[in-house]
Amino acid sequence: MSTARLIDELINAWGDAPKLRGFLNAHTFPLVQDSHVTFVWIGQADAVNVRHWVYGLESSTTLTRAPNTDLWHLTLEIPGNSRVEYKFEILREGRAEWIEDPLNPNRARDPFGANSVLQSAGYVSPDWTQPDDLARPGVLERIRVPSRTYGHRMVQVYLPARYRKTRRYPLLVVHDGSDFLNYTGMKTVLDNLIHRLEIPELVVAFTDSPDRLREYAADEGHAGYVTNDLLPYMSAKFPLIDEPRARCLLGASFGAVASFSTAVRHPGVWGRLLLQSGSFAFTDIGRRNRRGPLFDRIVEFVNAYREKPTAMSQRVFVTCGVYESLIYENRSLVPLLDATGMQVKFVEARDGHNWQNWRDRLREGLSWLFPGPLMFVYE
Amino acid sequence: MSADATPTRTAVLLGAQRFQPTLAAAVKETGVKGRIALVTAGWQEREDEDEELVQHLDGNTVNLMLYKRGEQLFREDREFALAHKERQNLLRSLQDVYRLRLERALDAEAVVRLSKQPESIRHEVEQACIDAIRDLDAWHLYQCAKVRAEFNEKWKPLQRPAIARHRGDLIECLSDCGAIAIAGGHVAVLVNRLLLFGLETLIGARTLFAWSAGAMAVSQRVVLFHDDPPQGQGASEVLDAGLGLVTNLVVFPEPETRLKLDDGVHVGLMARRFAPSRCIALPARASVVLHDGKVARTSGAVHLSHAGDSLPS
Repeated sequence: MSTARLIDELINAWGDAPKLRGFLNAHTFPLVQDSHVTFVWIGQADAVNVRHWVYGLESSTTLTRAPNTDLWHLTLEIPGNSRVEYKFEILREGRAEWIEDPLNPNRARDPFGANSVLQSAGYVSPDWTQPDDLARPGVLERIRVPSRTYGHRMVQVYLPARYRKTRRYPLLVVHDGSDFLNYTGMKTVLDNLIHRLEIPELVVAFTDSPDRLREYAADEGHAGYVTNDLLPYMSAKFPLIDEPRARCLLGASFGAVASFSTAVRHPGVWGRLLLQSGSFAFTDIGRRNRRGPLFDRIVEFVNAYREKPTAMSQRVFVTCGVYESLIYENRSLVPLLDATGMQVKFVEARDGHNWQNWRDRLREGLSWLFPGPLMFVYE
Repeated sequence: MSADATPTRTAVLLGAQRFQPTLAAAVKETGVKGRIALVTAGWQEREDEDEELVQHLDGNTVNLMLYKRGEQLFREDREFALAHKERQNLLRSLQDVYRLRLERALDAEAVVRLSKQPESIRHEVEQACIDAIRDLDAWHLYQCAKVRAEFNEKWKPLQRPAIARHRGDLIECLSDCGAIAIAGGHVAVLVNRLLLFGLETLIGARTLFAWSAGAMAVSQRVVLFHDDPPQGQGASEVLDAGLGLVTNLVVFPEPETRLKLDDGVHVGLMARRFAPSRCIALPARASVVLHDGKVARTSGAVHLSHAGDSLPS
């Protein structure tokens, strides 16, 4: 059935409560017909907008009210395999209220609350992100890491199931660690990928910053903390493989900048990098950037790297959503990294600057940086 | 296949045991008398974490601890350990070269199969592509055998005092055992440890039970496989010869998560590639019982046919 006929059917059901209920129960919302996606909101309002964070589309688009009804609808063309996070903005008597879509149960949580999630045709939530009863669970423990830079920092450490002190493990350091645990379900992801033998058993340090916009903005002090405080402490406390190829930094957004900056400032220490939607702002002329003063130090740092790119790591996995403005910066960085001789893999996704995008890329990134014993182990 | 290995009298290959163990029932069915010698070397450092397995077999077991023995041996005989490490590096290099060539041969097969060819030559050119893959597999096996033979000739491992002492222990451990049960795990490590102590020459007429990597290790040819890996296309590759205690079968454990059995083209290619050996997938609860090298009965196993079907074996 075409999108127009589907909307007609919905409008025709207005005024016939059982028929309307039947329509709502029989469909999932937003309505997805191939590449056409129709948002629907029901209620009294002066105007209704869809607010989203898709770079390249208007960030606010108005729904149309069907005549003589309280049905509001809007059809957009969204490519297949896309995820789009959105809210409705309801305008009444000069006041605006942002709400999640009551007809759509799909939500994505983040530190600011939750958004509704549109999954266009073809998108499937990966099964490895869901808890698996067969996967042996690892454990999380909190440790206090002394730091010459910060006094001390609390870090959550993931130890894989069947962890043994007699075995040596690779180390993964995750920036915005608590958010990765809370909003990507990263413990479940690690349990599952290890269970499936797609990555080796890892020790993971989930680290946080009380002032991430400063510390993660290519800050030398942070790079020193990670390399000179956290790494030696982890190495002393846990049986880690003492080689760059077995050390990885992961981060998203400013966290990716922090990972990148740490590796550049300590070349040869971190052999693996997983950089997601990095805020790698730069300028081609002058120092002023369109993103504001928070990015000033990042621009300075990235400009310097662009001037003289170095092979500070061995393997770098870069990922970015095509619906985020940072796609330009990330696409610009990749050829520079590539030209240094490092192994570089770049993956784009039809997604935005959000935690589910970063979750969905973890399998490909981690299994490329740390290939598991899948082909060799048959239990 | 090791020169001294002969197909054992009775061998039972089983599906994965972790979630649906069937070993105890299989042991009972074959009427084994005496203890059961366990090989859990594929579990590496966790070799001794065999409580569940021991309990499953009512405690009537002895673990041969081949992994631990290997580690001890390498500490005791440093000269041999270094030579062994060098050989393993050589085998790894061979595997890398073989894999590079194999990927291209598999690509060529797929391109030719999907291309439009006159009907009169289609079968012949497709077979030529499969023959090229078979030749590569054979080349790799030959090279591995050559490396191993040269190593054995130079170092005569079974005559080295430390290994001879361990073999003496093993003979004693096995003296009151009616069967050997070889568990899964890391198949390369497992094959390595089994061959290191020449276990194939010590089994004699005892009944052999093996599952997962264990079933692969006791066969003639070990084939690594996964049809849906997180990186790449998932090309099956020959690792090396196994112990050769079970002949004419290539076994594929855990097909539930590793094989696309509904992909007829892929299944047919596997069957034709490894012919005349039969390709047998071993899902959980499956069993294949062999007497004197011949398949006597099967249950739940899946035969990969040349036509691309996956049939009850």
